[in-house]
Parts: sequence; structure tokens; C-alpha cells
Amino acid sequence: MSTTTENKGMAERGMGYGLRALNRLAGSDLLDRIRIRKQVENALFQGTKNGFRTATAAGRTFKAAQSLGKPARQKKGKSTGLFDLTPDDEQQMFQEGGRAFAEEKIRPAALKADDERETPKEILDQATELGVAMLGVPEELGGVMTEQSAVTSVLIGEALAHGDLGIAYAALAPGAAATAIGLWGSAEQEATYLPAFTGENVPAAALAILEPRPLFDPFELETKAKRKGEEWVLTGAKSLIARATECELFVIAADAEGIGPSLFVVESGAKGLTVEDEPAMGLRPAATGRLLIDKVKLPASALLGEGGMKAKDYAACVNRSRIAWCGLATGTAQAVLDYVIPYVNDRQAFGEPISNRQGVAFVVSDIGIESNAMRLATYRAASRADRGESCAREAALARRLCSQKGMKIGSDGVQLLGGHGFVKEHPVERWYRDLRAAGVMEGALLV
Amino acid sequence: MTINLEIPKKFKPLANQANQVATEVFRPISRKYDEAEHSYPKELDMLASLIDGMNEGSDIGGAGAAGVRREKGADGENRNGSNLSTVLGIIELCWGDVGLLLSMPRQGLGNSAIASVATEEQLKKYGGKWAAMAITEPEAGSDSAAIRATAELDGDEYVLNGEKIFVTSGDRADLIVVWASLDRSKGRAAIKSFIVERDNPGLKLDRLEHKLGIRASDTANFTLQDCRVPKEALLGDPEVKEKGFAGVMETFDNTRPLVAAMAVGVTRAALEETRRLLKQAGVKIDYDKPALSQHAAAARFLEMEADYEAAWLLTLQAAWMADNSKPNSLQASMAKAKAGRTGVGVTLGCVELCGSVGYGENELLEKWARDSKILDIFEGTQQIQLLIVARQLLKKTSAELR
Repeated sequence: MSTTTENKGMAERGMGYGLRALNRLAGSDLLDRIRIRKQVENALFQGTKNGFRTATAAGRTFKAAQSLGKPARQKKGKSTGLFDLTPDDEQQMFQEGGRAFAEEKIRPAALKADDERETPKEILDQATELGVAMLGVPEELGGVMTEQSAVTSVLIGEALAHGDLGIAYAALAPGAAATAIGLWGSAEQEATYLPAFTGENVPAAALAILEPRPLFDPFELETKAKRKGEEWVLTGAKSLIARATECELFVIAADAEGIGPSLFVVESGAKGLTVEDEPAMGLRPAATGRLLIDKVKLPASALLGEGGMKAKDYAACVNRSRIAWCGLATGTAQAVLDYVIPYVNDRQAFGEPISNRQGVAFVVSDIGIESNAMRLATYRAASRADRGESCAREAALARRLCSQKGMKIGSDGVQLLGGHGFVKEHPVERWYRDLRAAGVMEGALLV
Repeated sequence: MTINLEIPKKFKPLANQANQVATEVFRPISRKYDEAEHSYPKELDMLASLIDGMNEGSDIGGAGAAGVRREKGADGENRNGSNLSTVLGIIELCWGDVGLLLSMPRQGLGNSAIASVATEEQLKKYGGKWAAMAITEPEAGSDSAAIRATAELDGDEYVLNGEKIFVTSGDRADLIVVWASLDRSKGRAAIKSFIVERDNPGLKLDRLEHKLGIRASDTANFTLQDCRVPKEALLGDPEVKEKGFAGVMETFDNTRPLVAAMAVGVTRAALEETRRLLKQAGVKIDYDKPALSQHAAAARFLEMEADYEAAWLLTLQAAWMADNSKPNSLQASMAKAKAGRTGVGVTLGCVELCGSVGYGENELLEKWARDSKILDIFEGTQQIQLLIVARQLLKKTSAELR
């Protein structure tokens, strides 16, 4: 969905603005005088192309491989019963791989990706090589993790988001759909969809829960699934989906008649699905889009799980998503801390580094304290999820922390750099925009 | 090895015992000793013996202040030891009453100081006694390097002179750990701590303070006048060395998590009581539903509980690092800073949420809101903790970042 840099602003405002402005612009000799008519016309062309709704991606055919008869599940994690903050060897391996990737590839690509609203394919491919799409795929279906991997997913999300939160979202989003199917799908659904996530050519996919309205509550969905004989008919809209136009598979949350909030597996070719561009203040490398669901007919087998989802499983899904966003927020909060420390130590004012002043130094202390707490709260919630313990309380509290303190950290990061923080020469303004997402997003990622 | 941030199984019985003490002993007399300031809570004598027994009878350390002594763990194996168990015990006891915990015989911060730096001989000599800590002076609070009290070697004795204020349990303790300078021209390197017996004729009690909170605990002011102590009463290394003061300050790496634990305990007490009162008022707190789609009181509660969770986890982290012999000065200060301000913010917030019921003396909420304030002050104020954290993160000396 990217457009070229110079005409981007116009293109993104979409059709409404474009049409309203068209007459005024076309009649203006200002354009000719400053010789940008060609560019503006191009912008309008792009705006038209992208601002209109587009069909969802054509998508591959998902075919059931040999079904296992009963659903494969990753095992629950075990605890030694001791308090421990050290990741195990496998987790350290993922963490180190993620950190190196973030530092060498993601951070250098972040500015351009944010600007162009596109994550380079090379980076997405490398993330796939790191295994991010199959963390939630059971071993029997080609996955690599025998045990549940919420903590591992958090550690990877944290590492990637230290590079860039928006790119991390773009890279991790397909894995969310796979993890949902791996956790709650029927044997048939697992056999049909999961093999695609274990190869090299992983499909773009999305876990679509968030809806476009204020005070959204994932337990009060406006997207409805009505029964029609053996079939389901879905209607509604889903917001801020990563790489929406590319997605070949959607796992969509809808209020299912007679069941309540449930997930439906929908292939992108389904009739009645359209995608609308939905640019936001942040998450721009993920090329976010809105999915419009207009009386989409689905077979009974589209309902995730054998005979649908239990209420507690849907709640677990919502909580695991919140934990995933907390992981990303923690990584970016750490990026802010790591960035401001050398800056305030170097920056001189009144004849000495500004960090020699408590008014500056104490802000750095608070970033350190709150980001550390965000991390611990997120780890606690994730480790409880891995062991199959209730994690609603811990996920909710981690989310409050990551939403509020994360936002504050984003703001302080810009503040400490002053005017320099407000311009794109430094990444802190991007982190300011991205960190706000942690309290807004529901679904979309899953640990 | 796997990430786990739950209370270790092996410490659950201990936490449970401490909680029973808090419920059965502390809470029933909580209001009584808040009102009867300066009268000795005699109910605690029997309890102190019980806790001594708990410490003796277990290899994991108890709820006692002496649990902060660091022992080398074996070979990088994950250890959950006495720092963690002590923190867990203190949280439960302060859920009961902070003032009463501070009045527990033989559980003073002086005991922690002795446990941290004493030689084996000193441990033997002073073990089993109640030790208070005397650092602050009228002109030296947070700036402990500015201490004016002096210690002069005279033969086999040190002669102490000076004035000490805000000594917690100073009147009731058997021993006072006094900070004094061997040579005021040598700055902080010359500051040492000395064990002074309470009945030393050179140690004169000036008065007991009347306070905002923790009124069950006595807070004493002393004058030291030619107070003579044996040479062996000096804790740690008697040499005046550049790093000497850092050694003294190390005590605080161990005790800051304990004070953080106190704040965590009183915070939890206030939250639990407020949850109960809000429920009576028909306000439900839902962890699944987005906070902002709930009753404003529920949203506020969730915000406060999130800060509580943060303070709790930072405190456990600092203690766990101490158990595993990892340097934790940064994390100890983080825990103290977060828990201190959370304690004040949450206890006062709970009073507000519960209205006149919270503000009135029929409930303990108003008392907890008074008790919590000291925890953001003693053992290093909020501002001192932020300074320590900043110096560590920014790699600054105390000369650069003052």
C-alpha cells in the first residue's frame, strides 16, 4: 500500500478530502507556479487508488493435510516452584536472535518503513526464518516448540520492538492467526491452515478483534455471526489490521448467535470481504487497514474449535493478545531509555551535560523504574498463561501499566530531546506514536 | 530454569504464618497502639519469641530483619533464599500493621545492618539482641556523608560525641547502631558504624517524637556525650579507605527492599479493604473488561492495583537478585522508589474512593494512609532513590549529579 514519499500526505487523507479539495486545487495557478501540478495529480491518482476499498488478497488455497483425528496442542509449561527471572536456554536463543535482528536490520529500516507505510519483504522473510510465525504451532504439525510459548513470544516481541514497534507488529501478526488455530482449532482446522505457517512462504494473516468505535470492548462485539441453516453469516468491521490487503487468512472475532464471542477462520477469497486503508498515528510499517465484513457466508466448519469456543477460551485469547502488546511496549520503552541516556549525557546546556540536573536525571530514573516494572508484569502474566494458570488479573494489570506508563515514557522520550525530539531526525517521535498503541489495540497479536 | 514470578512454593507456609500473625495479633491491636502512642505493645513479646523460633528452626530464614545476610549460592543454580523469604514475611506483617512490625523486638534495621556487615565474632556477641539504627542528625538527613557525630579512638575504646534523631525503636532496643566519623576532614570515607549498648551512660535519651503515623513504633532522639564503646564495637573495617563509605551504604542495598516490602504490604491492605467496601457499594472490578468501560471507581482501582503489582514485582526482583548474589543496588532503589510512592498514592487514593468511611477512624484506611508516608522517607527518601537510580543509569558520580 505504499506510495512515494512526496505525495504520501495527500494520498492518505483518502477520497473524501481528495474530492473536496479537487476543485480548489485544480483551479489554482499556485500549483503551476511552483511546478508541482504533476505531483499533486499523481497524489490524487494514488489517493483514489488506495482510498477506495479494495478486494481482499486473492490468497492461496488452504487444503487439509492428513488430519490427526484430534487436535494437537502444545504442552503446558512446568514450574520448578521457584521464583526465577532467567529465561531458559531455548528462550535465550530466541531472545538473542531477535535482538541481533532488531539491531542490525529492523532499526536501520524503521524510519523509511514508517514513512512509506511498508515493511521491506526482506525483513519479513528474515523474521519468518527466526520462526516467529510458528511459535504457536504444535510440534506434530511442523512447529518447533513442544511447550506453550507465551514467554518466548513475549521475549521475541520485546526484542523486535526494541528495533521498531510497527515493524514488529507487521512481522508478528501472521503468527497470531496461527497461534489462535494452534491453541483452539479443531483437528481439521489445524491440518488445513497450520502447515502453511511452518514453511518459508508464510501467508500474511490476521487475528481481527478490534472494531472501529470508541470504548471498544472485546466482550461486547458489534460484529455479528447469524446462523442460517448450517451456515454462518458474518457482518461487521475490524480495525487496524496489519498488512490487511496482503492477508490471505483472517481469524475474526464475532458475536455468534447462541454462543457469544467466538472466532471464525475466514479465507481472504470469501465473498463480501473488503479492505479499506486505515492509516493511524503509529504502527505505520504494518500498513494498517480496516476489514469490512458484509454478509460473508461461512460454512459451519469456519467456527474455530470443535462446536465453537468456550467463553473462557475467548477470554484467554483476549488476555494473551494484551500480553503480546505489553511485550512490544516493553521493548520500545527500553529503546527510549537506551536512546535518551547517551543523548542527555552528551547534550550541553548552561555549560554542562543536561543530565547533571535532577530535573532531567529523575525523568530518566522514572523511565528506568516503570519500564522495568512493565517488563516484570508482562513476564508474570505470560508465564502464568504458559502454565495454564489464570492470567486475567495479571494481563489486565500489565496492560494498565504498559498503556499508561508506556505512553508517559513515549512522551518523556520526546521531552528529553526537546525540539530535537519532535523532528524525525531522532526516533523518539516515532516511539511516542507507537507506544500509544499498547492501550488501544485488542487482538492482532497473540502469545 | 524457567521464568516464574510467583511466590515460591516452599515459602508459602511462611507467608501464611506471617499472615495469621498479622490477622490475629496485629490487626486487633492496630488502633489501640495508634492511639496510645509511646506505650509499649507488650503483646509483641511473645510473638517475637515465636519469630525467633521460626528463624532458628528453618534453613530458609524467617520474617526477620537478620534475613538480609548474603550467603554465596552454589554454582549459578537459581536460589530462593532468606532475602526473598524475609521480604515475603514483611509484606504479610505490614499488611497487618507497619507500626507494629517496626516495634517487633529484635527485628530492627540495626539488626539488618549487623547481619549485613558484622564479623562472625560480632554476630555471636550481638546476636539475639534488638538493634536500632541511628544515622540521621538535625543537620544531616538524606546527606548521610554530612554526619557530624564523631568517634575518637582512646586506647581500646572509641569515644562517641554528637546528636542523633529519628531513631526507630531507639527507646526499646538493646543496642543502637550509631553512625559517626573517625575524622571529619576525611569526608565520607571516615564514616563508620558503632554498636552502642542502650544502657551506656554516655547515651542520653532526649525525647520521643509525636508522629503522623506508625505511632505504635517509638522514635527517639539521643545525645551522645563522651559515650565510650570497646574497639570491637566498630562494624566492618576500621581503616579509613576511599571505598569505606560505599561499604557502609551496602547495608542499604539489603534493607531498601525490606522497606519496599513494608510499603507493598500496607498498599495491599488498603486495596483489599477498598475492594470489599466498593463491592458493598455495588461496584464490581472486572479484569477482562477494559478499565475505561467500567465504573470510574473500578477504573481507578485497577490503575492503583497495577501500580501495586509493579511495586510488588520490583521488590521481589531486588530480593531475588540479592539471594543470587547479583549486584542489586539499582533494583533495590527502584523497588524502594516505586513502592514508596505507590504506598502513599494508593492508600490516599483508597481513602478518597471510600469517602467518609475511608477517612473516618472506624476503619483502618485512614491509619494506613498516615502510616504509609514514612515509607517514602526513611531509609532514603523518594528523591534519594531517584538520585541513586539516575546515577547508575547515567553512569554519573555523586560529584557530577548532586
